[in-house]
Amino acid sequence: MVEEVSQLNVTAVKPKAEVIDLDFYYGSTHVLKRVNLVVPDRQITALIGPSGCGKTTLLRCFNRLHDLYPDNHYNGEIVFDSAVNILSPKVDPIEVRMRIGMVFQRPNPFPKSIYENVAYGLRVQGERKTSVIDDKVERALKSAALWDEVKDRLKSPAYALSGGQQQRLCIARALATEPELILFDEPTSALDPIATSNIEELMAELKQQVTILIVTHSMQQAARLADYTAFMYLGEMVEFNRTLALFNSPLNKQTEDYVKGRFG
Amino acid sequence: MTTHTELGTPRDLTEIRQSISRRELIDKLFAIAGLLVLFFAILVLVALILQMAIRGWPRLSWQFFTAFPSSSPEEAGIFSAWVGTALVMLVTAVVAVPLGIASGIYLEEYARKNWLSGLIEINVTNLAGVPSIVYGLLALGFFSQTLKLGDSIATAGCTLALLVLPVVIVTTREALRAIPRSLREAAYALGASKWRMIWDHLLPYSSGGILTGVIIGLSRAIGETAPLITIGALTFIAFLPPAPLSGNFPYLSFEWLKAPFTVMPIQMFNWVSRPEEAFQVNAAAAGTVLVAMTLLMNGLAVYLRYRFRKGIKW
Repeated sequence: MVEEVSQLNVTAVKPKAEVIDLDFYYGSTHVLKRVNLVVPDRQITALIGPSGCGKTTLLRCFNRLHDLYPDNHYNGEIVFDSAVNILSPKVDPIEVRMRIGMVFQRPNPFPKSIYENVAYGLRVQGERKTSVIDDKVERALKSAALWDEVKDRLKSPAYALSGGQQQRLCIARALATEPELILFDEPTSALDPIATSNIEELMAELKQQVTILIVTHSMQQAARLADYTAFMYLGEMVEFNRTLALFNSPLNKQTEDYVKGRFG
Repeated sequence: MTTHTELGTPRDLTEIRQSISRRELIDKLFAIAGLLVLFFAILVLVALILQMAIRGWPRLSWQFFTAFPSSSPEEAGIFSAWVGTALVMLVTAVVAVPLGIASGIYLEEYARKNWLSGLIEINVTNLAGVPSIVYGLLALGFFSQTLKLGDSIATAGCTLALLVLPVVIVTTREALRAIPRSLREAAYALGASKWRMIWDHLLPYSSGGILTGVIIGLSRAIGETAPLITIGALTFIAFLPPAPLSGNFPYLSFEWLKAPFTVMPIQMFNWVSRPEEAFQVNAAAAGTVLVAMTLLMNGLAVYLRYRFRKGIKW
């Protein structure tokens, strides 16, 4: 495995986050096994692999969502910004979540107004000035390519939006606090093809400002969208490389079988 | 028939059709039986309420609401009773609502799932089924004697609060449980602390359900007689408790908490036990008022549920 990663010449990429020998357990089930991964700065990195391979589990380590439930525990490190191990018990998960945003599998806007949805992260971070919040809400909605569709009805409920719009609203909600990394957990799996392509376009634009780590069950999506792709299988990181290289000349037999559609 | 060969031979088809129509018949029979049972239950209820309302109707006047109990049935009214009921309910709500909601939140969101929380859970659910007179005995010993609250509005309010508490706790928990995990995670993922998440999201989204529980609990308490008799509620009160607002500083007075009192069901009970026919009419009138109060509260619960659920779905 280490040899395969070194094929990429990891030292050449500027990492936003680095997973080092990460083990993860749900109770006594060993779900992630000595996983290593580099998430390059301001690039899109995709995690692919068959269901149950641990890709979503790995993603949820990045904002310590596993801490919400009992009996989960980590070993290893995720070094963020070459400075801090965000899995360390000394690091407050709330601080981690303020710096690392997340967009979920199904659009999950709050049953509040469009405006309040986007403003919520700012309010949580203690912003009180209405003018600042107004400004940042507008900017986030513009970055999420939703502003033109909702600017006249910011006060109307978020549930009035279509599924694709709701997901873009969730992206705006994550963007509003200007996180450095955004985690996407199969963000288009509940959307139709048109909404999916809107979201993909949006992500391609967003990588100018923010690092993106995306879990996807669709190899085509990874191939279209990602600069780097990691293939996971049975809780192990099998291969990590530039997307083109991983799909066209996989070094590992399992990767080859998976990307050629022989299993998964 | 023979054209539908893909469905099998014609003989098969007749058999299937017979079996389908047999099942449809059972369906219809059950629907009719259910409807009949339902009608019967509603009919009994409506008949009881109507009979009481018709009997008490002549006594339902402004005077009835503003007169104290009296030995002459025509002059007797329910003034002290409905004021007492209102004040006792106020104390009950003030005690039971915050305690119940806080317990519900703790059990659902904070408590780790282990044998202790399991035990507490079973106990809370069972508390709802404890006969109310047992609460009365407990209150007599604890609130009335140990805490020296006497046979006062405070004691009655706390006693009924105990009765309402399990209902509030259980409905709070159910309302919280109905909120999907995805919404909680969305709030956490933005950096909300647990308390922030509960305050900004869980409470607003569950308030309809919680309020419904509170009102249903209170409308159970409003008709309770046994525990209040146990703690010594009087049946003949010809005065009102001291007013909660006073002319001089600090303008608010809590003397009324210590006042003796009566409530609607006890007043009714008292009148029913009198031999004179005219008092029976008074009892029917008071009963009608009590039923109206309960129905009003339940109506409010339905309305609130509708109001709060309208903007909220997931």
